[in-house]
Amino acid sequence: MNSIFAKRRNRLLAMKALRDNYVPGDRLTVCPKCGQEHQRGAVAKDLFVCPGCGYHFPLGAYHRLSMILDSGSFRELNEKLLAADPLSFPGYREKQRAAQRKTGLNEAAVTATGTVGGRKCVVGVMDSRFFMGSMSAAVGEKITLAIEYAAKNKLPLILFCASGGARMQEGILSLMQMAKTSAALARFSEKGLLYISVLTDPTTGGVTASFASLGDIILAEPGALIGFAGPRVIQQTIGETLPEGFQRAEYQEEHGFVDAVVPRSQLRETLSRLLRLHEKGGRS
Amino acid sequence: MKNLTAAERVAIARHPQRPNITDYIDGLFTDFFEMKGDRLCREDPAILGGVALYHDRPVTVIGTRKGKTAEESIRCNFGMPGPEGYRKALRLMRQAEKFRRPVLTFVDTSGAYPGLEAEARGQGEAIARNLYEMSRLTVPVITVITGEGNSGGALALAVADRVLMLENAVYAILSPEGFASILWKDAARHEEACGLMKLTAPDLLALGVTDDLIPEPEGGAHLAPARTIREVDRALSRHLAALLKESGPNLAAKRYLKFRKMGVSQSKEAAPPREEP
Repeated sequence: MNSIFAKRRNRLLAMKALRDNYVPGDRLTVCPKCGQEHQRGAVAKDLFVCPGCGYHFPLGAYHRLSMILDSGSFRELNEKLLAADPLSFPGYREKQRAAQRKTGLNEAAVTATGTVGGRKCVVGVMDSRFFMGSMSAAVGEKITLAIEYAAKNKLPLILFCASGGARMQEGILSLMQMAKTSAALARFSEKGLLYISVLTDPTTGGVTASFASLGDIILAEPGALIGFAGPRVIQQTIGETLPEGFQRAEYQEEHGFVDAVVPRSQLRETLSRLLRLHEKGGRS
Repeated sequence: MKNLTAAERVAIARHPQRPNITDYIDGLFTDFFEMKGDRLCREDPAILGGVALYHDRPVTVIGTRKGKTAEESIRCNFGMPGPEGYRKALRLMRQAEKFRRPVLTFVDTSGAYPGLEAEARGQGEAIARNLYEMSRLTVPVITVITGEGNSGGALALAVADRVLMLENAVYAILSPEGFASILWKDAARHEEACGLMKLTAPDLLALGVTDDLIPEPEGGAHLAPARTIREVDRALSRHLAALLKESGPNLAAKRYLKFRKMGVSQSKEAAPPREEP
């Protein structure tokens, strides 16, 4: 019985992941960083990392989940939670519908339970295709519900961050999500549970200034842009060119804000190892 | 007074002669002792903090500092704190908890400073840490938004039991100029942005983001600073008296619920996940 449901869940995730497969190109893919052309199949085989320069292509949320979770373990949480329009902002509803049609997502975050290396956990993934992964009240609510679900069931929590910052159309309520998610993490942490945040390209604005920076362990994908203010704003403020590599994952590691920069090919194994290292009483 | 547009309120909120943190400290407290430094690397003058007596009760006072003269403005970076400022604020809040003092914060900032060094020292982490720690403080926390409260830079001092707002203060995700430039790639449309952002005190009270509105004299606080400070005093003492009746854990629990409810989507609530069949 169990295996039939697991197979069906696995097929569902695989289908969603396939639709998420949005690395540009038909048969050939041009890497936006080094400009080289590669067979799309070769890029896909390397987990959407450029075989030439190691550029990590952004991943859709379901695609990411299919890469991280054990096959058949995926179960989505609060899938149907949709963005509201709290400020009655002109044109926002239409934009939401367009983003939903374009991406097949309901919001800029997908949360789920599953296992990684056989260990049950709660995983949230932000998707930068949906309103730049910006923090709407619904995204804040989904992340908070995932934190609360993990706290209630005493499960470790992994959040993959990718965000352009606040959802402008939700104004101050977008800002309040920073307080809400951070407060939920404080309660989660008091229970002695593990939270790993994984910073992917780009992690900026309100997400950086809340849950992205609050992991017990903070990992980052190579080359990911990570910061509070965006590079354009900083450049305008200080009026000089920013140094090479500024705000990239490696820079944040060097400045003490990231525990480890982990290439995509090692991410699953690393997460699995960290979950194992935090098992209560050291049982394996 | 009732007919001011959002853009007019923004202009009043930014008036250079508007009472600032120093005026509030002089007008509301006695025996103020300033405490400097984050104990990690630096003192950030954009945030002023210390201990003082408020109606003979020791309190911790923290506020963003905008200067009134050019010289003072430069010294305190126009009220835009860096991570050191937020870490100093957190240090003082933890101290307040140790000595069981209420925390009173005053917010007037165009936002956290978007600079190279601020980023290098973890502006995002510093703000995140404040939100996290403030949510569980077991002493009363009251915030007064006195001028502009923009972005995470304001929120990092405003995870409070009561968020009070002066009538012409504004509180927003970012400045109207920044908002217009991000949304329409045109900072010149900032007045239009003001109208849409719901950043005025009456708007925010209606949205449930703030808890009270403190009246200002006709034309704005800068025209009658002493009267404004009296109004702030009246509101502060009323709210503080109510909070002092609550136990520490109760305060933290209620504060959590207050922020937990913000922006809960009215849309399709999802069913809890099914259990394994």
